[in-house]
Amino acid sequence: MSKAKIATCWLDGCSGCHMSLLDLDETLIQVARKADIVFGPLVDAQEFPEGVDVALVEGAVSSYDDQRLLQTIRRRSQVLVALGDCAVTGNVSSMRNGIPVKKLLERIYVQGAAEAQAVPSDGVPGLLKQAGPLHETVKVDLHIPGCPPKPDAIGFAVLELLEGRKPDMASKVKFG
Amino acid sequence: MAHQISIRIDGKLVKVSAGSSILDAALAAGKDIPALCHMKGLSAVGACRLCVVELAGVGRLLPACTTPAADGMSVTTVSQKLTKYRRMILEMLFAERNHVCSVCVSNNHCELQALAARLGVTNVRFAYSYPKLSADTSHPRFVLDHNRCILCTRCVRVCAELEGAHVWDVMSRGTGSRLVCDMNQPWGASKGCTSCGKCVQACPTGALAEKGWCVEEMAKQPARVSRLAVIRGGGQ
Repeated sequence: MSKAKIATCWLDGCSGCHMSLLDLDETLIQVARKADIVFGPLVDAQEFPEGVDVALVEGAVSSYDDQRLLQTIRRRSQVLVALGDCAVTGNVSSMRNGIPVKKLLERIYVQGAAEAQAVPSDGVPGLLKQAGPLHETVKVDLHIPGCPPKPDAIGFAVLELLEGRKPDMASKVKFG
Repeated sequence: MAHQISIRIDGKLVKVSAGSSILDAALAAGKDIPALCHMKGLSAVGACRLCVVELAGVGRLLPACTTPAADGMSVTTVSQKLTKYRRMILEMLFAERNHVCSVCVSNNHCELQALAARLGVTNVRFAYSYPKLSADTSHPRFVLDHNRCILCTRCVRVCAELEGAHVWDVMSRGTGSRLVCDMNQPWGASKGCTSCGKCVQACPTGALAEKGWCVEEMAKQPARVSRLAVIRGGGQ
């Protein structure tokens, strides 16, 4: 039997959710027996592959790049999971939403910089007007809130999804 | 002794004194109806709508805290329909302001957060409104953060009914409603505030907090305030 394909992705977040994912400890071995991780910060692949079974997406949708990548992930994945509060609610990433982007960037890169006072434009993606949760951009199949989500909740969700079931996260998670 | 009436709660017959609310009767019967604005000892205002119940023969849901129990009533406090509406109410509360739990002084001690977990809210289906709201840090000991206020008015009532100072009120309407100190003055400039801190202890979220605490550090004692209010003989 061929192994299932898991992809992980890190949009506008702090990577704490990926830390929590690594904190699965011995459950990782169980997951590794059933699936390969084919994309994400933990592996080398440069392009999001086709035919992914479970995509775990951390972080809010904050830039045009985030938006494009998330749409690709949606097209190429069977199940899309919003992993953690930034992906589920916008969380800390969305705290900039009350400030216009131009003003925000100037405050940080011009007024807030001691030297090289300029808003960077080369090689960095443009920011969206507001950062928001994944489900405002694409259809999300499962939400795992938490900042970060508990490893037990992630392990339970991933193993259930690999068995083809939709896990009920209600009693296992909380915001924050 | 007050006149006794009989009502049925989730099929169980309960005797309560006339004048009790459905919520009082349900609490007496050991039911745990979710609520955020209710506080025993203070008047009931029906602000949060989480305590909605089904009443046999009535087509709409009614808040248990402000609906008086009447002889022969049959009330349902747990059903799929009620859970659906209670979840929606919570989601609307989360969408209305910037409740960023992870960086809140009351994270893990918050009644709104705990209720969301209890009712199985794992995401908010409504569009977040991301309003630009301020925090009032002018008081030497306390902070008011509008981002986390759910307008339950526990602080308003505890200050007016228990402390007798009536420093807090709510101004404007709808999503523009704001908690205000005196006639919309900075908290620190209030001459009426006795700095007793009862509003802070009564607040179910991180909207009112003591200064000097970091994320997750502001655990409150609403039960103590409530007990004091009951001893002083306040409304139910």
